[in-house]
Amino acid sequence: MSDLPAMSSEPILRTRGLTKRFGGLVAVNDVSLDLHVGEVHVVIGPNGAGKSTLTNLLSGDLPPTAGEVMFEGRDIAGCTSDHISRLGIGRSYQKTNIFLPFTVFENCRLAAQSRTPHALKVFRRVEGYAEINRLAYEAMESAGLSHRSARVAATLSHGEQRQLEIAMCLATQPRVLLLDEPLAGMGPHESQRMVELIKQLTADHAIMLIEHDMDAVFALAHRLTVMVNGEVLESGTPEQVRSSPAVQLAYLGGEELLHD
Amino acid sequence: MNSRLQQFLPWFVVGLLALFPLLENTFYMQLLTKVLIMAIFAMSLDLLVGYTGLVSFGHAAYFGLAGYALALMVPKYEAVSLWWSLPAAIGVCALFALVTGMLVLRTRGIYFIMVTLAFAQMLFFVFHDTKLGGGSDGAYIYVKPAMKLGDFEMANLEKPAQFYWLALFLMAATYLLLRRVLGSSFGRALLGIKVNEHRMRALGFPVFRYQLASFTLSGSLAGIAGYLAAVQYGFGNPEILSWHQSGAVLMMGILGGMGTLYGSVIGAGAFVLLQEVLSNQAWFGAAAKHWQLAMGIFIMLVALYMPQGLAGLAQKFRGKPATEGADE
Repeated sequence: MSDLPAMSSEPILRTRGLTKRFGGLVAVNDVSLDLHVGEVHVVIGPNGAGKSTLTNLLSGDLPPTAGEVMFEGRDIAGCTSDHISRLGIGRSYQKTNIFLPFTVFENCRLAAQSRTPHALKVFRRVEGYAEINRLAYEAMESAGLSHRSARVAATLSHGEQRQLEIAMCLATQPRVLLLDEPLAGMGPHESQRMVELIKQLTADHAIMLIEHDMDAVFALAHRLTVMVNGEVLESGTPEQVRSSPAVQLAYLGGEELLHD
Repeated sequence: MNSRLQQFLPWFVVGLLALFPLLENTFYMQLLTKVLIMAIFAMSLDLLVGYTGLVSFGHAAYFGLAGYALALMVPKYEAVSLWWSLPAAIGVCALFALVTGMLVLRTRGIYFIMVTLAFAQMLFFVFHDTKLGGGSDGAYIYVKPAMKLGDFEMANLEKPAQFYWLALFLMAATYLLLRRVLGSSFGRALLGIKVNEHRMRALGFPVFRYQLASFTLSGSLAGIAGYLAAVQYGFGNPEILSWHQSGAVLMMGILGGMGTLYGSVIGAGAFVLLQEVLSNQAWFGAAAKHWQLAMGIFIMLVALYMPQGLAGLAQKFRGKPATEGADE
């Protein structure tokens, strides 16, 4: 995992000087980072470091106070979240955010439906769209939820709900994936599954992953950014970050990373 | 078998209702006509409350506006053609809903309730305090609209039975239209917005546009009901625009159960018939004057013990949840 693939390739998503202030609090301060297709860019940092706020700025859930977000060469800072989603940037939420009363299939079908321009055709039966159904089934398959297709989402286990969260994101066919702590609250077996899934997705997606599980972080990261108090403390390959004295001192307490 | 029954039951009910005029009881026929009209009104609100998750407390605005639109279109002693006056009244409502929708849909929850109420009250005072629609006396419709194809008179709406059939036809048509719309991907998106608006946005749905489309359709359908009501009573007055009317249609929905469509029809029937019974002086004497008190208690009991409304009661016997989920 140490060699950065194709450093020369243009980043699909890049931020420069990205800043978000809530009144006097600077939640995200002057953050610049690049996402490349074929790479997992992991962002770590203690609670309150601004990781989720950063995700919200990229997905359009929050408008940035300053700075730019370039997606395929155009500035999308301040665009609405539905617009950004349609451009091809999908996200999952740290707190599970699904349609609880709907079946797993309907959750994924709705997600896939968002890609169709004829969504406003009001007289055609919803079942008649083969392409949308196919996308929904594929997304369930990828996330390992096919056997739960007919279950109501509210009755799934916590881990399965996390999988559904990812499946819905996949059904929208994004090229950039923003995954906010996808492993949170998962058992070891489920975590392993998710890590495998993210590895598979890396080939044709640019992925930003926020994660606390250090095993997963080092299994997946091509590039690692450490955030503290809204600022980037260190960014580079996992080796560079691992050996950075600043990181060891400020965030990792000189322990966790040195172990392996 | 069960789903077969489910498919044919509405048609069976409509068929039975169509035979009612054979009893030649004009009083009850007119009462049923009122039920049918209110059923259209309540279904239009159900689209908004039960399927889009927007609780409007100003739905009478569209109901009343259509009534006034008709009253203002009718020449004093001649019939106006239904063929253009009905679409025109619906069009006025659609336009008003589109414009108010663009403003009110920027608010949510309790603010949405208040802002929709405010718009309805504005309209109320426009018609109450200006000469536009005859002030507080209202405007009269002396001759009912004509339904002619060339020289052939399709229906004479002065005859209660024929007007009853028109109301029944439009009620069934509204039900079918809404079923169809709600079974489309558009309908599924509305349900998604009701359940989790934030997630719909994150999935790429332009939520505002969907809500505006729903709001406009809802207002237009309320216009059909308002038009028919004005034809039935022969006038439009500010009362049909008042918040009492908005409250009454909400109560019909609560009574019948939101999010099922047919619950609105049951609720409209229960509300109108209860009102008729409770305000019957022969039965309740002096208490009949205070029928709203008894109605209020009844609705409280329904809300407490049957949160899914009367439709929920019907579903209980079939062992299914009352809200039509998007389950396959």
